[in-house]
Amino acid sequence: MTAPAPSPLLRLSLRAASEGLAAGRHSARDLTEACLARIEATDGRVGAFLHVTAEAARAAAAASAARRAAGRALGPLDGVPLALKDLFLTQGVPTTAGSRLLEGFVPPVDGTAVARLKRAGAVLLGKLNLDEFAMGSSNENSAFKPCRNPWDLTRTPGGSSGGSAAALAARQCYGTLGTDTGGSIRLPASFCGVVGVKPSYGRVSRSGVVAFASSLDQPGPLGREVWDAAALLQAIAGHDPADQTSSSRPVDDYLAGLEGGARGLRVGVPAEWFQGGLEPGVEAAVRGALSAYQRLGATLVEISLPHSRYGIGAYYLIATAEASSNLARYDGVRFGRRAAGVKGLKELYLESRAQGFGAEPKRRIMLGTYALSAGYYDAYYLRAQKVRTLIRRDFDAAFQRCDVVAGPVAPGPAFRLGERTGDPLQMYLADIFTITCNLAALPGLSVPCGLSAGLPVGLQLVGRPFDEAGLLTAARALERELGPAGAPAGLEAA
Amino acid sequence: MPVSDFQAVLGLEVHAQLLTRTKIFCGCPTTFGGEPNTHVCPVCLGMPGVLPVLSGQVVEFAVLTGLALGCTIREKSVFARKNYFYPDLPKGYQISQYEAPICEGGGLTITVDGREKHVRLTRIHMEEDAGKNLHDVSADGSSGVDLNRAGVPLLEIVSEPDLRSADEAVEYLKALRSILLTLGVNDGNLEEGSFRCDANVSVMRKGATRYGTRAEIKNMNSFRHLRQAVEFEVRRQVELVEAGQPVVQETRLFDPDRGETRSMRSKEDAHDYRYFPEPDLPPVLVPAAQVARLRAALPELPRARAARYVAALGLPPGDAAILVADRATADFFDATVTLRGGGPEAARKAANWLNGEVARLVNETGLAAGAWRLTPAHLARVLELLDGGAISGAGAKAVVEEVFRSGADPAAVVQARGLAQVSDAGAIEAVVDRVLAAAPAEVERHRSGKKDLTGFFVGQVMKALKGQGNPAVVNALLKQKLGGG
Repeated sequence: MTAPAPSPLLRLSLRAASEGLAAGRHSARDLTEACLARIEATDGRVGAFLHVTAEAARAAAAASAARRAAGRALGPLDGVPLALKDLFLTQGVPTTAGSRLLEGFVPPVDGTAVARLKRAGAVLLGKLNLDEFAMGSSNENSAFKPCRNPWDLTRTPGGSSGGSAAALAARQCYGTLGTDTGGSIRLPASFCGVVGVKPSYGRVSRSGVVAFASSLDQPGPLGREVWDAAALLQAIAGHDPADQTSSSRPVDDYLAGLEGGARGLRVGVPAEWFQGGLEPGVEAAVRGALSAYQRLGATLVEISLPHSRYGIGAYYLIATAEASSNLARYDGVRFGRRAAGVKGLKELYLESRAQGFGAEPKRRIMLGTYALSAGYYDAYYLRAQKVRTLIRRDFDAAFQRCDVVAGPVAPGPAFRLGERTGDPLQMYLADIFTITCNLAALPGLSVPCGLSAGLPVGLQLVGRPFDEAGLLTAARALERELGPAGAPAGLEAA
Repeated sequence: MPVSDFQAVLGLEVHAQLLTRTKIFCGCPTTFGGEPNTHVCPVCLGMPGVLPVLSGQVVEFAVLTGLALGCTIREKSVFARKNYFYPDLPKGYQISQYEAPICEGGGLTITVDGREKHVRLTRIHMEEDAGKNLHDVSADGSSGVDLNRAGVPLLEIVSEPDLRSADEAVEYLKALRSILLTLGVNDGNLEEGSFRCDANVSVMRKGATRYGTRAEIKNMNSFRHLRQAVEFEVRRQVELVEAGQPVVQETRLFDPDRGETRSMRSKEDAHDYRYFPEPDLPPVLVPAAQVARLRAALPELPRARAARYVAALGLPPGDAAILVADRATADFFDATVTLRGGGPEAARKAANWLNGEVARLVNETGLAAGAWRLTPAHLARVLELLDGGAISGAGAKAVVEEVFRSGADPAAVVQARGLAQVSDAGAIEAVVDRVLAAAPAEVERHRSGKKDLTGFFVGQVMKALKGQGNPAVVNALLKQKLGGG
């Protein structure tokens, strides 16, 4: 029995799929069945999905079709198949955060972003693979299975939102949500040749997203094209009374000015991001993107972010400190995994946590607990917070002279599975260019800007606080100039 | 042991549950009791992915309390996480305040043995309560956790170590309780633990300037327990010092059955709480306008009210202090006095009844002032009947008791129970004449001065009047008829 040929519908962007629905060229059911078949055919090799909700997806597609037939379609996402990083709480659907500890945990409610996608009529296909509790840069810390890069199945898709990027590159769905604490949307987007947006801290509600590091976490969209990510962000952005750290600033229209081009744009190029260590293919692609901006009428401005070099250090103090506290609730008492055969409370705690957490969460809990301990707090956590302020000031100063900051997402393209698992520090350095954006609470994105030895390279753009619209417009200009990233070579052409 | 050579040094940490309808970070009800784990939601269960949302009412109550206690209100205060593992703590941390509490400084004045003393406060902060562990809930001896109380809002009110005796500690706690009751932010219930305190106790030789090592005493559920615990602990520490042994810094539990404190955990076992600013909550902003609005809304506070009762209404300070201990009682008093036309006479009578008969009924029934069926109008009516001679003092007591329990109209109670008093001089005179005529020998003995038989005659007349004669009229007529004396 031969596999059926991949449906031509899978080649569509979210935008094209959405327009086709509006024009009646295909139905929500057509799109949903095409994606489910694609997942069935490819995910054994990719490993992007932890849980596929086929029946719920079919029901949502039918409901969407009924709305559309009645002339009551809800908007551009109505009937479009999407998928979610398994860090988002989904009512009645298992949510694991990539951890054995939460195996069997079924949330009683949807997270805010999930609820907003449902209200927009989206068809949700299931839950996507990730590093355990979003801790990792390669998706290899998933407690269930590794996820592979559709461009080269021997390589990682990046992390922690590895499944969110890989599913898009493998054409298993039209858009996904991920979360970004230190680069967890932008790095996999770069590695997999898709667009990934980390919004300003507070732009998207964190309510209903399993917490890693509360002051850095930010949910965001991934799409195959800039328009796709912009439409998803439009649906999920905005104040949420259930998250007091979410901003009450009005949400801009991300689609209206998207084709505004780059003429007159001042693109800041931080010297520190190009000082050695860049893989030559990556540097070439990134410099190519900067030249493209010049062709489009933008000017390049040399800027300096002198405190970037302290970013990794500050990040791994703040993120681990907050994580050590956020992960304390997984004690085996109320939900999730509880160790069997234990005697007494202390043993219940120790065994449940020892058995439930993988190596990386354990490492970060220890680092964070240490950083917050009496006598160390001032030297570590407090000082890291001060570094954070300095990093933000660097950007504030830069934005006096430029409109966006541009540079590489990561020093190299997707690395091989197993290549860095023995060296956590090397793994942490994959985030060296992305974490400052989280520390400064700024919006950032990754947009494809070429290939290095056949592997996708992303350009990182960082914008002013809450200027997601400007950032997306700049990314769209580059996308139009350079064309799409192309089809992954790791899977058969779809 | 010469305890008198030593000086006790005490500071109290009070936890007061705020009378908000909902919990501090979610919409669950704060009502006491209920089946275990029925007043819970994903937020107060500490489920993954949920976030706290601060109740504005909690901030208002905290600011109001701070203003009543003369604290400085921080324009920007910060919540912090206090990290430790315990089954009744669902998130593995308590959301509290640490470096930047909402209120700082302030204090309150107490009166002990007729002397006024100002006790300074260190701080007041907002935090969430924990749940409750329930042991041996099933046949296999396993324990359960009830999280109904988890997330109930608390104010922690910390005093400076300004208290010097158990008396002062008890007075401080009473004064603080009465202020919170007046503000309506707490129900003052020590037994149920909605108003509870820990005491930091140390001793030093009189005249010394350095405090001794302190122990923290927990589990005191009444003013009596506080007194017992402090007195025991001071004695214990003095004995240690006298014997040349060190006082260990530790947490000690008061055992109410034995009246002693017992070591619970030492400093070495103390948690490192790893406090850090709560990243899920932005700083709490209290703008000057909000402070001004709440300051204007402050009710008259107990000490001011008591002073007014003494100065304007001539009440003895002791009576005034009892009335103002709880705002509803004081309000009841004011309303009753107004209905009786005001003035010291009306005030004295209303105070006597409230602090006497009504207080007795309150103790007996445990009903808070808001829950009585007796109204100021009822009490005023009873006092009016009493003053007019329509009922006797004993009759008035019976009426108050019945109205307190049933809420019936006092006049109807008088009627139904036949408590109306005979004050008609003519009717009483006829009875007096009859009694005297029937006992010539006793009349003779009384008149000769051999024996004062007034009591005997009053008894006979009252018996004939079925106890409903107005005693004043009966006495006056007897005196007149028996002559002399």
